[in-house]
Amino acid sequence: MQSAEMAIDMGDGRAWHRSSPKSNHRRVIPGFGLTLGFTITWLSLIVLVPLTTIFIRAAGMGWDDFVAVGLSARALKAYQLSFGASLAAGGINTVFGMLVAWVLVRQDFPGKRIVNALVDLPFALPTAVAGIALTALYADNGWFGGLLAPLGIKVAFTPIGVVVALVFIGLPFVVRSVEPVLADLGQDVEEAAATLGASGWQTFHRIILPAIGPALLTGFALAFARGVGEYGSLIFIAGNMPYRTEIAPLLIVTQLEQFDYAGATAIAAVMLIASFALLLLINLIQVWSRKRGMA
Amino acid sequence: MTRGAASTPLARAALLGIALAFLGVFLVAPLVAVFAEALSKGFAAYGAALIERDALSAVRLTLLVAAISVPLNIVFGLAASWAIAKFDFRGKSVLITLIDLPFSVSPVVSGLIYVLLFGAQGWFGPWLRAHDVEIIFAVPGLVLATMFITFPFVARELIPLMQEQGRDDEEAALSLGASGWQTFRRVTLPNIRWGLLYGVLLCNARAMGEFGAVSVVSGHIRGKTNTMPLHVEILYNEYNFAAAFAVASLLALLALVTLTLKSILEWRYGIHGRTGY
Repeated sequence: MQSAEMAIDMGDGRAWHRSSPKSNHRRVIPGFGLTLGFTITWLSLIVLVPLTTIFIRAAGMGWDDFVAVGLSARALKAYQLSFGASLAAGGINTVFGMLVAWVLVRQDFPGKRIVNALVDLPFALPTAVAGIALTALYADNGWFGGLLAPLGIKVAFTPIGVVVALVFIGLPFVVRSVEPVLADLGQDVEEAAATLGASGWQTFHRIILPAIGPALLTGFALAFARGVGEYGSLIFIAGNMPYRTEIAPLLIVTQLEQFDYAGATAIAAVMLIASFALLLLINLIQVWSRKRGMA
Repeated sequence: MTRGAASTPLARAALLGIALAFLGVFLVAPLVAVFAEALSKGFAAYGAALIERDALSAVRLTLLVAAISVPLNIVFGLAASWAIAKFDFRGKSVLITLIDLPFSVSPVVSGLIYVLLFGAQGWFGPWLRAHDVEIIFAVPGLVLATMFITFPFVARELIPLMQEQGRDDEEAALSLGASGWQTFRRVTLPNIRWGLLYGVLLCNARAMGEFGAVSVVSGHIRGKTNTMPLHVEILYNEYNFAAAFAVASLLALLALVTLTLKSILEWRYGIHGRTGY
Protein backbone atom coordinates (compact mmCIF):
# COMPACT_ATOMS: atom_id res chain seq x y z
CA MET A 1 0.00 0.00 0.00
CA GLN A 2 1.53 3.23 -1.12
CA SER A 3 -0.35 5.39 1.32
CA ALA A 4 0.60 3.31 4.35
CA GLU A 5 4.26 3.49 3.40
CA MET A 6 4.01 7.25 3.01
CA ALA A 7 2.27 7.55 6.35
CA ILE A 8 5.32 6.11 8.10
CA ASP A 9 7.53 8.54 6.25
CA MET A 10 5.15 11.26 7.25
CA GLY A 11 5.52 10.41 10.92
CA ASP A 12 9.23 10.97 10.67
CA GLY A 13 8.77 14.03 8.57
CA ARG A 14 6.44 15.63 11.04
CA ALA A 15 8.81 14.96 13.92
CA TRP A 16 11.57 16.58 11.92
CA HIS A 17 9.42 19.57 11.12
CA ARG A 18 8.38 20.22 14.70
CA SER A 19 11.92 19.97 16.05
CA SER A 20 13.31 22.34 13.43
CA PRO A 21 13.36 26.00 14.38
CA LYS A 22 10.72 28.13 12.67
CA SER A 23 13.37 30.28 11.07
CA ASN A 24 13.19 28.53 7.69
CA HIS A 25 10.62 30.76 6.03
CA ARG A 26 11.53 30.39 2.40
CA ARG A 27 9.10 28.47 0.23
CA VAL A 28 9.71 24.74 0.34
CA ILE A 29 6.61 23.70 -1.56
CA PRO A 30 7.02 24.05 -5.33
CA GLY A 31 4.49 24.91 -8.00
CA PHE A 32 3.27 28.30 -6.82
CA GLY A 33 3.87 30.09 -10.11
CA LEU A 34 2.56 27.21 -12.18
CA THR A 35 -0.67 26.60 -10.27
CA LEU A 36 -1.53 30.24 -9.62
CA GLY A 37 -0.72 31.17 -13.21
CA PHE A 38 -2.88 28.35 -14.53
CA THR A 39 -5.71 29.22 -12.11
CA ILE A 40 -5.80 32.88 -13.12
CA THR A 41 -5.45 32.16 -16.85
CA TRP A 42 -8.17 29.52 -16.87
CA LEU A 43 -10.46 31.62 -14.66
CA SER A 44 -10.02 34.58 -17.02
CA LEU A 45 -10.62 32.53 -20.17
CA ILE A 46 -13.70 30.65 -19.00
CA VAL A 47 -15.33 33.09 -16.58
CA LEU A 48 -14.02 36.65 -16.39
CA VAL A 49 -13.49 37.58 -20.04
CA PRO A 50 -16.79 36.06 -21.23
CA LEU A 51 -18.67 37.84 -18.41
CA THR A 52 -17.18 41.23 -19.26
CA THR A 53 -18.50 40.93 -22.84
CA ILE A 54 -21.98 41.56 -21.42
CA PHE A 55 -20.92 44.88 -19.94
CA ILE A 56 -18.86 45.93 -22.96
CA ARG A 57 -21.77 45.14 -25.27
CA ALA A 58 -24.24 46.90 -22.97
CA ALA A 59 -21.98 49.95 -22.68
CA GLY A 60 -21.79 50.09 -26.48
CA MET A 61 -25.56 50.39 -26.71
CA GLY A 62 -25.80 53.93 -25.36
CA TRP A 63 -27.82 54.85 -22.29
CA ASP A 64 -31.15 55.56 -24.00
CA ASP A 65 -31.20 52.30 -25.95
CA PHE A 66 -30.15 50.42 -22.85
CA VAL A 67 -32.99 51.87 -20.77
CA ALA A 68 -35.50 51.38 -23.60
CA VAL A 69 -34.85 47.61 -23.69
CA GLY A 70 -33.37 46.78 -20.31
CA LEU A 71 -36.06 48.69 -18.43
CA SER A 72 -38.98 48.33 -20.87
CA ALA A 73 -42.46 47.75 -19.43
CA ARG A 74 -42.27 44.06 -20.37
CA ALA A 75 -38.81 43.68 -18.82
CA LEU A 76 -39.91 45.46 -15.62
CA LYS A 77 -42.84 43.03 -15.28
CA ALA A 78 -40.45 40.12 -15.76
CA TYR A 79 -38.06 41.42 -13.07
CA GLN A 80 -41.03 41.99 -10.81
CA LEU A 81 -42.08 38.34 -11.18
CA SER A 82 -38.54 36.93 -10.83
CA PHE A 83 -37.69 39.05 -7.80
CA GLY A 84 -41.16 38.91 -6.20
CA ALA A 85 -41.52 35.14 -6.51
CA SER A 86 -37.95 34.64 -5.23
CA LEU A 87 -38.75 36.83 -2.24
CA ALA A 88 -41.95 34.89 -1.47
CA ALA A 89 -40.26 31.51 -1.92
CA GLY A 90 -37.30 32.68 0.16
CA GLY A 91 -39.71 33.67 2.94
CA ILE A 92 -41.47 30.29 2.88
CA ASN A 93 -38.12 28.51 2.86
CA THR A 94 -36.84 30.58 5.76
CA VAL A 95 -39.69 29.33 7.95
CA PHE A 96 -39.80 25.71 6.80
CA GLY A 97 -36.07 25.40 6.16
CA MET A 98 -35.45 26.46 9.76
CA LEU A 99 -38.00 23.91 10.97
CA VAL A 100 -36.44 21.12 8.88
CA ALA A 101 -32.94 22.05 10.11
CA TRP A 102 -34.15 22.06 13.74
CA VAL A 103 -35.83 18.67 13.35
CA LEU A 104 -32.69 17.21 11.73
CA VAL A 105 -30.38 18.55 14.45
CA ARG A 106 -32.53 18.10 17.56
CA GLN A 107 -34.72 15.08 16.93
CA ASP A 108 -34.11 11.40 16.30
CA PHE A 109 -36.54 9.50 14.18
CA PRO A 110 -36.47 6.43 11.95
CA GLY A 111 -35.20 7.17 8.45
CA LYS A 112 -33.48 10.38 9.53
CA ARG A 113 -30.45 9.68 7.36
CA ILE A 114 -32.63 9.25 4.28
CA VAL A 115 -34.51 12.47 5.06
CA ASN A 116 -31.20 14.24 5.54
CA ALA A 117 -29.89 13.02 2.17
CA LEU A 118 -33.17 13.92 0.49
CA VAL A 119 -32.89 17.57 1.53
CA ASP A 120 -30.17 17.94 -1.13
CA LEU A 121 -32.39 16.52 -3.88
CA PRO A 122 -32.94 19.98 -5.43
CA PHE A 123 -29.15 20.34 -5.84
CA ALA A 124 -28.89 16.95 -7.53
CA LEU A 125 -32.06 16.74 -9.61
CA PRO A 126 -31.71 18.48 -13.00
CA THR A 127 -33.89 21.58 -13.06
CA ALA A 128 -35.78 20.54 -16.21
CA VAL A 129 -36.81 17.29 -14.50
CA ALA A 130 -38.02 19.20 -11.45
CA GLY A 131 -39.89 21.57 -13.76
CA ILE A 132 -41.89 18.95 -15.64
CA ALA A 133 -42.52 16.94 -12.45
CA LEU A 134 -43.93 19.97 -10.61
CA THR A 135 -46.02 20.91 -13.63
CA ALA A 136 -47.46 17.39 -13.78
CA LEU A 137 -48.29 17.58 -10.06
CA TYR A 138 -49.94 21.00 -10.13
CA ALA A 139 -51.71 20.93 -13.51
CA ASP A 140 -55.49 20.72 -13.19
CA ASN A 141 -55.41 16.95 -13.76
CA GLY A 142 -52.38 16.40 -11.51
CA TRP A 143 -52.28 14.91 -8.00
CA PHE A 144 -52.18 18.27 -6.24
CA GLY A 145 -53.74 20.40 -8.99
CA GLY A 146 -56.80 18.13 -8.97
CA LEU A 147 -57.25 18.72 -5.23
CA LEU A 148 -56.79 22.49 -5.49
CA ALA A 149 -58.88 23.09 -8.64
CA PRO A 150 -62.27 22.61 -6.87
CA LEU A 151 -61.14 25.24 -4.34
CA GLY A 152 -60.55 27.66 -7.19
CA ILE A 153 -56.77 27.67 -6.64
CA LYS A 154 -54.70 27.49 -9.78
CA VAL A 155 -50.97 26.86 -9.33
CA ALA A 156 -49.57 25.71 -12.66
CA PHE A 157 -49.23 28.47 -15.28
CA THR A 158 -49.69 31.22 -12.66
CA PRO A 159 -47.19 33.17 -10.51
CA ILE A 160 -48.03 30.76 -7.65
CA GLY A 161 -46.49 27.99 -9.74
CA VAL A 162 -43.29 30.02 -10.00
CA VAL A 163 -43.21 30.37 -6.21
CA VAL A 164 -43.82 26.63 -5.71
CA ALA A 165 -40.93 25.72 -8.04
CA LEU A 166 -38.64 28.23 -6.29
CA VAL A 167 -39.53 26.74 -2.89
CA PHE A 168 -38.30 23.40 -4.26
CA ILE A 169 -35.10 24.95 -5.66
CA GLY A 170 -34.25 27.07 -2.61
CA LEU A 171 -34.99 24.79 0.35
CA PRO A 172 -31.51 23.19 0.74
CA PHE A 173 -29.82 26.61 0.87
CA VAL A 174 -31.67 27.53 4.07
CA VAL A 175 -31.47 24.08 5.70
CA ARG A 176 -27.75 23.67 5.02
CA SER A 177 -26.94 27.22 6.19
CA VAL A 178 -28.82 26.90 9.49
CA GLU A 179 -27.96 23.27 10.37
CA PRO A 180 -24.30 23.70 11.46
CA VAL A 181 -25.07 26.80 13.55
CA LEU A 182 -27.92 25.03 15.30
CA ALA A 183 -25.68 22.03 15.97
CA ASP A 184 -23.00 24.33 17.44
CA LEU A 185 -25.56 26.03 19.65
CA GLY A 186 -26.11 22.77 21.48
CA GLN A 187 -29.21 21.38 23.07
CA ASP A 188 -28.07 22.40 26.57
CA VAL A 189 -28.74 26.09 25.83
CA GLU A 190 -32.35 25.29 24.98
CA GLU A 191 -32.62 23.02 28.02
CA ALA A 192 -31.18 25.69 30.29
CA ALA A 193 -33.74 28.20 29.07
CA ALA A 194 -36.53 25.69 29.63
CA THR A 195 -35.23 24.88 33.12
CA LEU A 196 -35.29 28.58 33.95
CA GLY A 197 -38.96 28.60 33.07
CA ALA A 198 -38.95 29.87 29.49
CA SER A 199 -41.79 28.69 27.32
CA GLY A 200 -41.11 26.96 24.01
CA TRP A 201 -41.87 30.18 22.14
CA GLN A 202 -39.68 32.30 24.44
CA THR A 203 -36.78 29.88 24.01
CA PHE A 204 -37.24 30.05 20.27
CA HIS A 205 -37.37 33.78 19.79
CA ARG A 206 -35.03 34.87 22.61
CA ILE A 207 -32.37 32.14 22.34
CA ILE A 208 -32.49 30.23 19.06
CA LEU A 209 -33.52 32.94 16.62
CA PRO A 210 -30.81 35.47 17.59
CA ALA A 211 -28.16 32.75 17.38
CA ILE A 212 -29.16 31.43 13.97
CA GLY A 213 -30.21 34.84 12.58
CA PRO A 214 -27.17 35.48 10.36
CA ALA A 215 -27.19 31.90 9.03
CA LEU A 216 -30.89 32.20 8.31
CA LEU A 217 -30.29 35.45 6.46
CA THR A 218 -27.44 33.89 4.46
CA GLY A 219 -29.62 30.93 3.50
CA PHE A 220 -32.42 33.26 2.49
CA ALA A 221 -30.07 35.41 0.38
CA LEU A 222 -28.55 32.36 -1.33
CA ALA A 223 -32.00 30.96 -2.13
CA PHE A 224 -33.17 34.37 -3.32
CA ALA A 225 -30.13 34.86 -5.58
CA ARG A 226 -30.60 31.42 -7.07
CA GLY A 227 -34.31 32.05 -7.61
CA VAL A 228 -33.80 35.31 -9.48
CA GLY A 229 -31.71 33.60 -12.16
CA GLU A 230 -33.58 30.28 -12.19
CA TYR A 231 -34.77 29.06 -15.56
CA GLY A 232 -35.05 25.29 -16.05
CA SER A 233 -37.53 24.49 -13.30
CA LEU A 234 -39.70 27.52 -14.07
CA ILE A 235 -40.36 27.62 -17.80
CA PHE A 236 -42.59 24.54 -17.70
CA ILE A 237 -44.76 25.61 -14.76
CA ALA A 238 -44.79 29.39 -15.32
CA GLY A 239 -47.00 29.62 -18.38
CA ASN A 240 -44.69 32.18 -20.00
CA MET A 241 -47.30 34.84 -20.80
CA PRO A 242 -45.66 38.24 -21.43
CA TYR A 243 -46.47 40.78 -18.68
CA ARG A 244 -48.00 38.03 -16.52
CA THR A 245 -46.02 34.84 -16.06
CA GLU A 246 -42.82 35.60 -17.94
CA ILE A 247 -39.65 35.36 -15.83
CA ALA A 248 -36.62 37.54 -16.61
CA PRO A 249 -34.29 34.73 -17.80
CA LEU A 250 -36.97 33.58 -20.24
CA LEU A 251 -37.18 37.09 -21.67
CA ILE A 252 -33.44 36.87 -22.45
CA VAL A 253 -34.01 33.59 -24.31
CA THR A 254 -36.98 35.07 -26.20
CA GLN A 255 -34.87 38.04 -27.34
CA LEU A 256 -32.07 35.71 -28.43
CA GLU A 257 -34.46 33.57 -30.44
CA GLN A 258 -35.50 36.72 -32.28
CA PHE A 259 -31.80 37.47 -32.85
CA ASP A 260 -32.17 40.62 -30.75
CA TYR A 261 -28.71 40.43 -29.17
CA ALA A 262 -28.92 44.00 -27.85
CA GLY A 263 -32.17 43.31 -26.01
CA ALA A 264 -30.85 40.09 -24.51
CA THR A 265 -27.62 41.83 -23.45
CA ALA A 266 -29.41 44.74 -21.77
CA ILE A 267 -31.62 42.45 -19.67
CA ALA A 268 -28.66 40.20 -18.87
CA ALA A 269 -26.66 43.25 -17.72
CA VAL A 270 -29.46 44.34 -15.37
CA MET A 271 -29.66 40.83 -13.94
CA LEU A 272 -25.89 40.52 -13.55
CA ILE A 273 -25.74 43.82 -11.64
CA ALA A 274 -28.53 42.57 -9.37
CA SER A 275 -26.72 39.23 -8.81
CA PHE A 276 -23.44 40.94 -7.99
CA ALA A 277 -25.21 43.24 -5.53
CA LEU A 278 -26.72 40.16 -3.89
CA LEU A 279 -23.34 38.42 -3.78
CA LEU A 280 -21.86 41.48 -2.08
CA LEU A 281 -24.73 41.48 0.41
CA ILE A 282 -24.19 37.77 1.21
CA ASN A 283 -20.49 38.40 1.80
CA LEU A 284 -21.30 41.36 4.05
CA ILE A 285 -23.73 39.24 6.10
CA GLN A 286 -21.03 36.62 6.55
CA VAL A 287 -18.41 39.16 7.60
CA TRP A 288 -20.90 40.70 10.02
CA SER A 289 -21.87 37.35 11.55
CA ARG A 290 -18.21 36.33 11.93
CA LYS A 291 -17.49 39.59 13.75
CA ARG A 292 -20.56 39.08 15.91
CA GLY A 293 -19.42 35.54 16.68
CA MET A 294 -16.06 36.83 17.91
CA ALA A 295 -17.46 39.63 20.05
CA MET B 1 -35.54 13.63 29.51
CA THR B 2 -34.31 16.34 27.21
CA ARG B 3 -36.27 19.48 27.05
CA GLY B 4 -35.74 22.28 24.58
CA ALA B 5 -37.56 24.71 22.37
CA ALA B 6 -40.39 22.24 22.06
CA SER B 7 -40.86 21.23 25.66
CA THR B 8 -43.55 18.60 25.39
CA PRO B 9 -43.32 15.34 23.45
CA LEU B 10 -46.53 16.32 21.70
CA ALA B 11 -45.04 19.60 20.45
CA ARG B 12 -41.92 17.78 19.27
CA ALA B 13 -43.99 15.24 17.39
CA ALA B 14 -46.12 17.98 15.86
CA LEU B 15 -43.05 19.90 14.62
CA LEU B 16 -41.55 16.70 13.22
CA GLY B 17 -44.84 15.96 11.48
CA ILE B 18 -45.02 19.41 9.90
CA ALA B 19 -41.40 19.21 8.70
CA LEU B 20 -41.88 15.77 7.19
CA ALA B 21 -45.17 16.75 5.55
CA PHE B 22 -43.48 19.79 4.00
CA LEU B 23 -40.63 17.64 2.66
CA GLY B 24 -43.13 15.08 1.43
CA VAL B 25 -45.12 17.62 -0.56
CA PHE B 26 -42.20 19.61 -1.95
CA LEU B 27 -39.45 17.02 -2.42
CA VAL B 28 -40.81 13.47 -2.38
CA ALA B 29 -43.93 14.08 -4.48
CA PRO B 30 -42.05 15.50 -7.51
CA LEU B 31 -39.59 12.62 -7.37
CA VAL B 32 -42.35 10.02 -7.25
CA ALA B 33 -44.24 11.85 -10.00
CA VAL B 34 -41.28 11.48 -12.38
CA PHE B 35 -41.33 7.68 -12.12
CA ALA B 36 -45.12 7.43 -12.04
CA GLU B 37 -45.47 9.49 -15.22
CA ALA B 38 -42.60 7.67 -16.90
CA LEU B 39 -44.34 4.31 -16.37
CA SER B 40 -47.86 5.62 -17.05
CA LYS B 41 -47.96 3.90 -20.44
CA GLY B 42 -46.38 0.69 -19.25
CA PHE B 43 -42.89 -0.78 -19.25
CA ALA B 44 -42.83 -1.44 -22.99
CA ALA B 45 -43.42 2.23 -23.84
CA TYR B 46 -40.88 3.20 -21.16
CA GLY B 47 -38.21 0.99 -22.68
CA ALA B 48 -39.04 2.12 -26.21
CA ALA B 49 -38.63 5.78 -25.24
CA LEU B 50 -35.17 5.05 -23.87
CA ILE B 51 -33.80 3.10 -26.82
CA GLU B 52 -35.22 5.45 -29.42
CA ARG B 53 -32.49 6.87 -31.67
CA ASP B 54 -32.68 10.55 -30.59
CA ALA B 55 -32.80 9.55 -26.92
CA LEU B 56 -29.66 7.44 -27.33
CA SER B 57 -27.84 10.24 -29.10
CA ALA B 58 -28.88 12.62 -26.29
CA VAL B 59 -27.44 10.19 -23.72
CA ARG B 60 -24.22 9.92 -25.71
CA LEU B 61 -23.91 13.70 -26.02
CA THR B 62 -24.55 14.22 -22.30
CA LEU B 63 -21.84 11.68 -21.44
CA LEU B 64 -19.44 13.29 -23.93
CA VAL B 65 -19.96 16.82 -22.57
CA ALA B 66 -19.47 15.60 -18.99
CA ALA B 67 -16.42 13.53 -20.00
CA ILE B 68 -14.73 16.67 -21.32
CA SER B 69 -15.84 19.31 -18.82
CA VAL B 70 -15.52 17.36 -15.56
CA PRO B 71 -11.82 16.37 -16.00
CA LEU B 72 -10.95 19.93 -17.01
CA ASN B 73 -12.66 21.17 -13.85
CA ILE B 74 -10.73 18.61 -11.80
CA VAL B 75 -7.42 19.91 -13.16
CA PHE B 76 -8.50 23.47 -12.46
CA GLY B 77 -9.78 22.59 -8.98
CA LEU B 78 -6.49 20.89 -8.06
CA ALA B 79 -4.38 23.77 -9.37
CA ALA B 80 -6.51 26.44 -7.71
CA SER B 81 -6.65 24.70 -4.33
CA TRP B 82 -2.90 23.98 -4.41
CA ALA B 83 -2.12 27.64 -5.06
CA ILE B 84 -4.63 28.92 -2.52
CA ALA B 85 -4.09 26.41 0.30
CA LYS B 86 -0.33 25.90 0.15
CA PHE B 87 0.83 29.50 -0.32
CA ASP B 88 0.21 32.96 1.07
CA PHE B 89 -0.38 35.79 -1.33
CA ARG B 90 -2.33 39.01 -1.53
CA GLY B 91 -5.81 39.00 -3.02
CA LYS B 92 -6.51 35.41 -2.04
CA SER B 93 -10.05 36.08 -0.83
CA VAL B 94 -10.81 38.03 -4.00
CA LEU B 95 -9.63 35.05 -6.05
CA ILE B 96 -11.88 32.69 -4.07
CA THR B 97 -14.86 35.01 -4.64
CA LEU B 98 -14.10 35.15 -8.37
CA ILE B 99 -13.93 31.35 -8.58
CA ASP B 100 -17.39 31.20 -6.96
CA LEU B 101 -18.76 33.81 -9.36
CA PRO B 102 -20.52 31.39 -11.77
CA PHE B 103 -22.84 30.37 -8.90
CA SER B 104 -24.37 33.82 -8.83
CA VAL B 105 -24.88 34.10 -12.58
CA SER B 106 -28.18 33.00 -14.11
CA PRO B 107 -27.69 29.88 -16.28
CA VAL B 108 -29.25 31.71 -19.22
CA VAL B 109 -26.70 34.54 -18.90
CA SER B 110 -23.94 31.91 -18.70
CA GLY B 111 -24.99 30.65 -22.12
CA LEU B 112 -25.54 34.12 -23.51
CA ILE B 113 -21.96 35.25 -22.89
CA TYR B 114 -20.65 32.55 -25.23
CA VAL B 115 -23.23 33.45 -27.88
CA LEU B 116 -22.01 37.05 -27.67
CA LEU B 117 -18.44 35.85 -28.16
CA PHE B 118 -18.77 33.02 -30.66
CA GLY B 119 -22.29 33.35 -32.17
CA ALA B 120 -22.98 34.45 -35.74
CA GLN B 121 -23.27 38.09 -34.57
CA GLY B 122 -20.64 37.63 -31.88
CA TRP B 123 -17.14 39.11 -31.72
CA PHE B 124 -15.40 36.06 -33.16
CA GLY B 125 -18.43 34.99 -35.24
CA PRO B 126 -17.22 36.16 -38.66
CA TRP B 127 -13.71 34.82 -38.10
CA LEU B 128 -15.02 31.45 -36.95
CA ARG B 129 -17.34 31.20 -39.93
CA ALA B 130 -14.51 32.10 -42.34
CA HIS B 131 -12.41 29.30 -40.86
CA ASP B 132 -15.29 26.85 -40.71
CA VAL B 133 -15.15 26.41 -36.94
CA GLU B 134 -18.43 25.68 -35.19
CA ILE B 135 -18.74 26.55 -31.49
CA ILE B 136 -22.28 27.79 -30.93
CA PHE B 137 -24.96 25.24 -31.87
CA ALA B 138 -22.25 22.57 -31.66
CA VAL B 139 -20.44 20.47 -29.07
CA PRO B 140 -17.71 23.05 -28.16
CA GLY B 141 -20.39 25.55 -27.12
CA LEU B 142 -22.11 22.94 -24.96
CA VAL B 143 -18.79 22.11 -23.30
CA LEU B 144 -17.94 25.79 -22.68
CA ALA B 145 -21.35 26.57 -21.15
CA THR B 146 -21.18 23.44 -18.98
CA MET B 147 -17.67 24.31 -17.82
CA PHE B 148 -18.74 27.80 -16.85
CA ILE B 149 -21.69 26.48 -14.82
CA THR B 150 -19.66 23.76 -13.04
CA PHE B 151 -16.48 25.84 -12.76
CA PRO B 152 -16.43 26.25 -8.92
CA PHE B 153 -17.60 22.75 -7.91
CA VAL B 154 -14.28 20.91 -7.47
CA ALA B 155 -12.27 23.98 -6.39
CA ARG B 156 -14.65 25.09 -3.63
CA GLU B 157 -14.70 21.58 -2.17
CA LEU B 158 -10.91 21.23 -2.18
CA ILE B 159 -9.86 24.73 -1.06
CA PRO B 160 -11.24 24.53 2.53
CA LEU B 161 -10.18 20.88 2.83
CA MET B 162 -6.58 21.58 1.80
CA GLN B 163 -6.45 24.71 3.96
CA GLU B 164 -7.54 22.63 6.93
CA GLN B 165 -4.86 20.00 6.27
CA GLY B 166 -2.09 22.61 6.17
CA ARG B 167 1.34 22.23 4.66
CA ASP B 168 3.21 20.02 7.14
CA ASP B 169 2.77 16.78 5.22
CA GLU B 170 4.02 18.25 1.96
CA GLU B 171 6.94 20.05 3.57
CA ALA B 172 7.98 16.85 5.30
CA ALA B 173 7.85 14.80 2.10
CA LEU B 174 9.86 17.43 0.25
CA SER B 175 12.47 17.60 2.97
CA LEU B 176 12.86 13.84 2.73
CA GLY B 177 13.79 14.24 -0.90
CA ALA B 178 10.49 13.69 -2.71
CA SER B 179 10.02 15.71 -5.87
CA GLY B 180 7.14 18.16 -6.15
CA TRP B 181 5.18 15.82 -8.38
CA GLN B 182 5.83 12.81 -6.11
CA THR B 183 4.70 14.84 -3.12
CA PHE B 184 1.50 15.81 -4.86
CA ARG B 185 0.75 12.30 -6.11
CA ARG B 186 1.70 10.32 -3.01
CA VAL B 187 0.97 12.74 -0.15
CA THR B 188 -1.56 15.38 -1.18
CA LEU B 189 -3.75 13.28 -3.44
CA PRO B 190 -4.32 10.46 -0.89
CA ASN B 191 -5.11 13.12 1.72
CA ILE B 192 -7.77 14.81 -0.37
CA ARG B 193 -9.15 11.87 -2.37
CA TRP B 194 -12.56 11.67 -0.67
CA GLY B 195 -13.08 15.41 -0.79
CA LEU B 196 -12.05 15.35 -4.45
CA LEU B 197 -14.51 12.54 -5.15
CA TYR B 198 -17.24 14.54 -3.40
CA GLY B 199 -16.56 17.57 -5.58
CA VAL B 200 -16.41 15.46 -8.74
CA LEU B 201 -19.72 13.81 -7.86
CA LEU B 202 -21.53 17.14 -7.54
CA CYS B 203 -19.74 18.58 -10.56
CA ASN B 204 -20.78 15.61 -12.67
CA ALA B 205 -24.41 15.74 -11.53
CA ARG B 206 -24.63 19.38 -12.51
CA ALA B 207 -22.74 18.87 -15.79
CA MET B 208 -25.13 16.13 -16.89
CA GLY B 209 -28.25 17.90 -15.65
CA GLU B 210 -27.56 21.48 -16.73
CA PHE B 211 -30.40 22.94 -18.74
CA GLY B 212 -30.52 26.75 -18.98
CA ALA B 213 -26.97 27.43 -20.14
CA VAL B 214 -26.79 24.59 -22.68
CA SER B 215 -30.27 25.43 -23.92
CA VAL B 216 -29.02 28.86 -25.06
CA VAL B 217 -25.97 27.54 -26.94
CA SER B 218 -27.37 24.26 -28.25
CA GLY B 219 -29.73 25.34 -31.02
CA HIS B 220 -31.83 22.24 -30.25
CA ILE B 221 -30.81 20.23 -33.28
CA ARG B 222 -32.47 16.87 -32.76
CA GLY B 223 -30.10 13.95 -32.64
CA LYS B 224 -27.12 16.32 -32.89
CA THR B 225 -26.93 19.01 -30.20
CA ASN B 226 -29.57 17.87 -27.71
CA THR B 227 -28.33 16.73 -24.34
CA MET B 228 -30.68 14.67 -22.15
CA PRO B 229 -32.31 17.62 -20.35
CA LEU B 230 -32.89 19.34 -23.72
CA HIS B 231 -34.33 16.13 -25.16
CA VAL B 232 -36.73 16.02 -22.20
CA GLU B 233 -37.86 19.55 -23.02
CA ILE B 234 -38.46 18.77 -26.72
CA LEU B 235 -40.46 15.63 -25.96
CA TYR B 236 -42.47 17.50 -23.34
CA ASN B 237 -43.25 20.39 -25.69
CA GLU B 238 -44.43 17.84 -28.27
CA TYR B 239 -46.90 16.55 -25.65
CA ASN B 240 -45.05 13.24 -25.66
CA PHE B 241 -45.23 13.23 -21.86
CA ALA B 242 -44.53 9.56 -21.13
CA ALA B 243 -41.37 9.63 -23.25
CA ALA B 244 -40.26 12.95 -21.70
CA PHE B 245 -40.64 11.50 -18.21
CA ALA B 246 -38.92 8.27 -19.27
CA VAL B 247 -35.77 10.18 -20.22
CA ALA B 248 -36.26 12.40 -17.14
CA SER B 249 -36.36 9.27 -14.96
CA LEU B 250 -32.80 8.43 -16.06
CA LEU B 251 -31.70 11.87 -14.85
CA ALA B 252 -33.66 11.37 -11.61
CA LEU B 253 -31.83 8.05 -11.11
CA LEU B 254 -28.55 9.87 -11.63
CA ALA B 255 -29.63 12.33 -8.92
CA LEU B 256 -30.49 9.49 -6.53
CA VAL B 257 -27.16 7.74 -7.15
CA THR B 258 -25.38 11.07 -6.61
CA LEU B 259 -27.21 11.67 -3.33
CA THR B 260 -26.49 8.13 -2.10
CA LEU B 261 -22.76 8.31 -2.85
CA LYS B 262 -22.60 11.83 -1.41
CA SER B 263 -24.24 10.65 1.83
CA ILE B 264 -21.85 7.69 2.07
CA LEU B 265 -18.88 10.06 1.75
CA GLU B 266 -20.40 12.27 4.45
CA TRP B 267 -21.03 9.41 6.92
CA ARG B 268 -17.88 7.41 6.27
CA TYR B 269 -15.29 10.08 5.80
CA GLY B 270 -16.81 13.14 7.42
CA ILE B 271 -16.62 15.10 4.17
CA HIS B 272 -18.88 18.12 4.21
CA GLY B 273 -20.30 20.12 1.39
CA ARG B 274 -20.50 23.88 1.39
CA THR B 275 -23.88 25.51 1.04
CA GLY B 276 -24.45 27.34 -2.14
CA TYR B 277 -24.51 24.67 -4.82
